[in-house]
This record gives sequence, C-alpha cells and structure tokens, in this order.
Amino acid sequence: MDSNHQSNYKLNKTEKKFLRKQIKARHTLLRHEGIETVSYATQSLVVANGGLGNSVSRSQLLPALEKCGLVDALLMPPNKPYSFVRYRTANEAKKAYITLNGKEIVDDLGQKIILYLNFVEKAQWKELGLQALPPGLMVVEEIISSEDEKMLLESVNWTEDMDNQNAQKSLKHRRVKHFGYEFHYENNNVDKDKPLPGGLPDIWDSILEKWLKEGFIKHKPDQLTVNQYEPGHGIPAHIDTHSAFEDEIVSLSLGSEIVMDFKHPDGVTVPVMLPRRSLLVMTGESRYLWTHGITPRKFDTVQASKGHKSGIITSDVGDLTLSKRGIRTSFTFRKVRQTPCNCSYTVVCDSQMKGTPPSFPGSAREASQLEQEYVHRVYEEIAGHFSSTRHTPWPRVVDFLKALPSGSLVADVGCGNGKYLGINKELYMIGCDRSQNLVDICRDRHFQAVVGDALAVPLRSGSCDACISIAVIHHFSTAERRVAALRELVRLLRPGGTALIYVWAMEQEYNKKKSKYLRENRISQGKEEISSGAAVPESLAEQVPDVGSQDAAGCVAALTDLQEGGGHASTVTKAKLPVHTNRTSFHSQDLLVPWHHQGKPGKDKAVGAAGPRDPGPVFHRYYHVFCEGELEAACRTLGHVRLLQSYYDQGNWCVILQKL
Amino acid sequence: MKLLTHNLLSSHVRGVGPRGFPLRLQATEVRINPVEFNPDFVARMIPKVEWAALLEAADTLHLVEVPKGPIEGYEHDEKFLRQMHHVLLEVDVLEGTLQCPESGRLFPISRGIPNMLLSDEETET
Repeated sequence: MDSNHQSNYKLNKTEKKFLRKQIKARHTLLRHEGIETVSYATQSLVVANGGLGNSVSRSQLLPALEKCGLVDALLMPPNKPYSFVRYRTANEAKKAYITLNGKEIVDDLGQKIILYLNFVEKAQWKELGLQALPPGLMVVEEIISSEDEKMLLESVNWTEDMDNQNAQKSLKHRRVKHFGYEFHYENNNVDKDKPLPGGLPDIWDSILEKWLKEGFIKHKPDQLTVNQYEPGHGIPAHIDTHSAFEDEIVSLSLGSEIVMDFKHPDGVTVPVMLPRRSLLVMTGESRYLWTHGITPRKFDTVQASKGHKSGIITSDVGDLTLSKRGIRTSFTFRKVRQTPCNCSYTVVCDSQMKGTPPSFPGSAREASQLEQEYVHRVYEEIAGHFSSTRHTPWPRVVDFLKALPSGSLVADVGCGNGKYLGINKELYMIGCDRSQNLVDICRDRHFQAVVGDALAVPLRSGSCDACISIAVIHHFSTAERRVAALRELVRLLRPGGTALIYVWAMEQEYNKKKSKYLRENRISQGKEEISSGAAVPESLAEQVPDVGSQDAAGCVAALTDLQEGGGHASTVTKAKLPVHTNRTSFHSQDLLVPWHHQGKPGKDKAVGAAGPRDPGPVFHRYYHVFCEGELEAACRTLGHVRLLQSYYDQGNWCVILQKL
Repeated sequence: MKLLTHNLLSSHVRGVGPRGFPLRLQATEVRINPVEFNPDFVARMIPKVEWAALLEAADTLHLVEVPKGPIEGYEHDEKFLRQMHHVLLEVDVLEGTLQCPESGRLFPISRGIPNMLLSDEETET
C-alpha cells in the first residue's frame, strides 16, 4: 500500500500521521470523485484540500506549487476541495510531492489547510458544457456611472420604519424593499388591484427613460424590488411567476459584483458574472424557462484572467479563482402583467397549467387514471427520445439473463425498447409493454414483443421459465397495484421459475456511496484534458443513465416560489404529487419525475450540449420509489414464492424470486 | 408474431381465467422469415409447446408438413426439428387478429405486433 516514493527509513510519528492522511485522501478521491491516483511519479498531482471548494484561491496555491518547479497548468474545478497541478517534468512533480505533502497553507478565510498530494496519470477535469449565455439574457456593463451608483445607493433608506407603506422585510438571507406594488408573502403574490402609493421613487425616472430610449427595456417598469445581499447571503433558484409580470425583467447590480446561477430544466447550470454597475436583462427563454438564483456563500468562483468581466464563468478550470463578495444591492424592475401569460414555455407557466397537478390516488380507478396520464401517455410520447437514451443494459440484469439455461422461455414485462430481449440468443424472450411506440421499436429490432399491461400480462400461466421486470413496478401508484404486478409475474412462472425485479430506490445514497443517478449531476457533458484544451461535448443522450432522464427541473411549486421579491400566482393545494428535481435525492416516495423532451423524433442524438437548446415539452412521469425492505415486504405477501436474493444496485432495489 | 409467441399468448378479459387460451388466429398477411437453425434450441422448445393450439394456428395458416405431436427420439430427428423450427420460429404473422375463445374479444395484430391491451372495464373484477 505504500508508495515507492516513501523512503524505507523508519517514519516518525508525524510522518506516519501525514502518510495515513495522504492515503486517506487518496481513498476519498477514488471513492467520492472517481479520481484514480498512481503510486509512481508522473507530471501531474491531485492536491487534496487545495481546492476552490476549500476556500483556497489560485493566488494562494500557485506560488506554493511554483516553488517546486515550473507549473504547466493548475486546474481548479469549481466547488471542489481539490485541484490538479501539472508540472513540466515528473521530477518537478516529485519535488512538489515530497515538499508539499502535509504542508500547511492559509486559506482565504485565514484558516490553516494541510495539503495532501498524490500522483495522477493525467490532470484532467470534466468539461461543464454549455458555453453560451441562456437565450434572451444580456448583461450590459457600466450602465451607470460611479457617481450615479453612489447617489442611487444612498437613496435607499434601509432604516425607515415599517409604517412606511413600502414593504420592507429583512429576510433570512437578505434585506428587501418593494416599490410600486405590495407583495403578500403569505401567498407569494402581487396584488394587482392595490398599487402602493407613490409608485417608483422619482430618482429612477430619468434612468428608466434612458434605458427605454436605448432599447435595453421595452416597457416602462411599474414595480421595483431592492435587495441587499451581504457576503454569505443568497436567493433560492426561482422563475419569476409568469402571470405576475411581463416578459422583460431587468436588474441593476450596485455596490459589488456577484455570480448568479442560471439553470435550464435539463440540468445545465450557467454561472453568470454580474459586474458592479451592470444591468442584467432577462427576456424570453432566460426569463420564462431558466431559473436564476444566488448561492449563499462568501466567495464566488470567478475567472482569474484580467479583462474578463460580465458573462458566463466558463468551465476553463485552468483559469478559475475565488473572489470575495462585497455588499451588493440589486434593483430589480418589472412590469406587472394585466393579462394571462401566453409564453411558449407552458410547462412552467402558471397561466397555462392544464388543470391542477395530479394528487395521490384515492381509489383503484383514480390510480389507473393517474398511471394512464402520467405513465402510459408519457412513454408513448417520449418513446423515441427515451429509447435513444436507453442502450446500455444494466450489468446485473445481463448476468441474470446469461445465467439462464439455454432454451428458457423468458418474459420481459415492461420491456421498453427491448434492450434486454437480445442479450442471450439461447433464450426465447417475449417483451411486453404498454407503449405501442416502444413495442414498435422492439419489432424494428426483430424482437418478439406485444402490447400489454403488466397487471394483465397476455401470456398463459406457468408458461415462463423466467421473467424480468426492470424499472416497471415503481410506476404503479398504489401498494395494491404494485403487489398485483408482482403477483402477475409469479403467475407467469412455472414452478421453479425465477423472476428478477428492479425498482427505483428512495435511497440514492447507500453505504455512503451516491448512486450513478446522483453522481451524474456533478459530471456534465464532455471531458477536457489540459493537453488538448478543447472540449469535445458528447451527445447528451450518451450520458444518460437508465433511471430517469438527464434533466433537472425544479419542483413546479418551488420554481415559482420565493422570487426575488416576486409574486406567486398559483396557490398551493394539498395532497398534490411533488415534482422531483432530477439528479437530487428524493424527498417523497410518490412523485412526478420530469422528462425533458429533446429534439425531433429520430434526430435525438444530434442534440449536442453546445447546440442551440430547443426547450421542448416537459413530461412528468409518476414514480413510487421504494424504501429499503419495501420490495421484499411486498414479495412476502405473495404465496408460492421464495425470495432467493435481494440487493441494492445503483439506486435500485432488486429481488430474485422463485416460484415454489 | 411467431407461432411460438402465439403459443404463449392468452387473453385476460375479466372472468375468462385459463379459458383465454388458445387465441383464435386470423391472418391476412404472413411472411416467412428465415432463422438460423439451432437443433438443440428447438428441441428444448418442444416440451413447452401446447400442441393443440399450435396445430390449430398452423391449420388456419394452411401450413403443410406440421408434425402432429412430439415423436419418439425427436431430440435427434433432424427432419422433425427442422419442421418444428420452421413452424415455431420462421412463420411470422404480420397482419390479422387474435380472438379470445371465451369472450370473443378481438385483438388486432398490426405490423407483426399483437395489441393485447384491455380497457379498465374489461379487466376489473
């Protein structure tokens, strides 16, 4: 276990401690980040604890590294507690390894940090993808002079009493003041019939006129929210309620710069630098579809190179450092909307919500209707795109199928695009799925498949030597129906026959290990090596693991919640199914999981990460995610069956049953 | 739809139970798809076949040279296995219907795919 760079002389106590910590760092990097270290000297090192996520900035780390030799590149991935350094020669890297291991440096907060270095084959980091601003977004730099900035900041009287009609709140994460319209935080809505007396402060008149004239805004705003953020303050990701305001929303940043995170429902996050005295203009897609928010923290990850001011913080990890936040005051101007919103982003539009969101079913009939609308219809619609993201069979399902005796008759209930139907040519497999479009894909691949329901599989009893049900039973919306689906699988089996069942797990982190589903959130498309310097984004579809889609939409309620002083037009009703944020932990066992449809049928793969983003419709699929032991408990209610095996596999609970 | 698949299909209209088998086949378009002959595989299928259902289906398709049942030592009878290989795996019904023998419910076969979906009313107990 020791590396060959440790001398053989007896280590003293401190050295032993460092060695232990260094080995621990190596294991942590491998286990949590998948970073493999090597025990021989290379040009590159991973510096544990020396990362932006650890409050170590480039200007602190680089000099220490440069003392050991010429640094070719220093990659500092955002929010990570480590960085990668590449020296010109392995000798220099070796020198750094020997001299810096266990060395203390002082971080940006004045705290001592001990570095642990390990060799890696290559200093590399996954590229973060999208390299463009969200469509409709614009940052106008230096829109206000320093003199005007001072005057405008002084015009806000944060000390006046609450008897002033202008609502002023000191929220947990910031101070807020409203003009023009009053907000009711109880229901997060703007009362359109009760404008505040006084309207917007006069001081803004000439400025707004100027912006109008210069074309930065089209409507004259009638509502202003002033937010003051101290370092460490933030605002949760949100979309300003569609029905409450017109398309255009602009925000002036004074006092200090800040990084605002824009997030597309498919999970792409674009950090945008809003320089001091700049105007952020959000229109169209960036206003209606993307969420925006500010992460509460004291430092922002910013571009290290000079001359880079506004715009996206690129994922060029060779050029990132930390910037200490100052007090930023934002002035956000909106125009209150008097008519319902008619944008083209209907899924996140409260004016265009189709009826009410579904609620937990109260009867078998309701359950069936819920599944019809939120499972069957959705798969029918997304079949092509879904199938294009489902080509990698799960290894342990493959193992099960390959271990079956030659000549076995096997049913795949909920076969989807048939990716398991051709795994073992020595089997006779029949696929069954609710979705005609998915079964069509099976047929095109020359597999035997029928359209049928998992609660009434159209196969005769006792006919199958084995059956599989992979990621299917979690789509049934009552416990009775889930058990009925299990019972139906057992019915198909001959005595002695086996069934393999996979369902999605509530626990996406098991034995301290995050599932692939969660881990994919942190790794975006493409991979960058410092040697090449260029990102080659892969097709999004290639990156998609099997469970869920690669997208990440906020909860419908959360999306329209907690605006930067904004309103919320929809009221929350009880017992509704929550909408899951993709690639996050589950907070509810019964939920809707968004599927962000991309591209046109048959052209799905052409949709690259860097290409123009077609927002496309979003579909919600119902899931019941299983808690540990729940699947086994359901199986135990079945008669004539033995539980052969149960296990956890990449975020799924799995059982193998045998019919007695 | 291969005839081996047909040999496994059953209707689940409410109340029919095991009497949903065998489904009556009516074909308007049938294609012969050559499949590589694997005698061991075919031999393993023989005990799983419901012969009455297979013979009835073969009959409606006017297939000739269909064995009437498993014969002694079929595992090593290449002629028998080849005939069975053809009937079970190479005959492909593209268009037609399947009818539940008990309830009379018709299920369409379109482009080779039987659609066995039932409405809630047809399955509720």
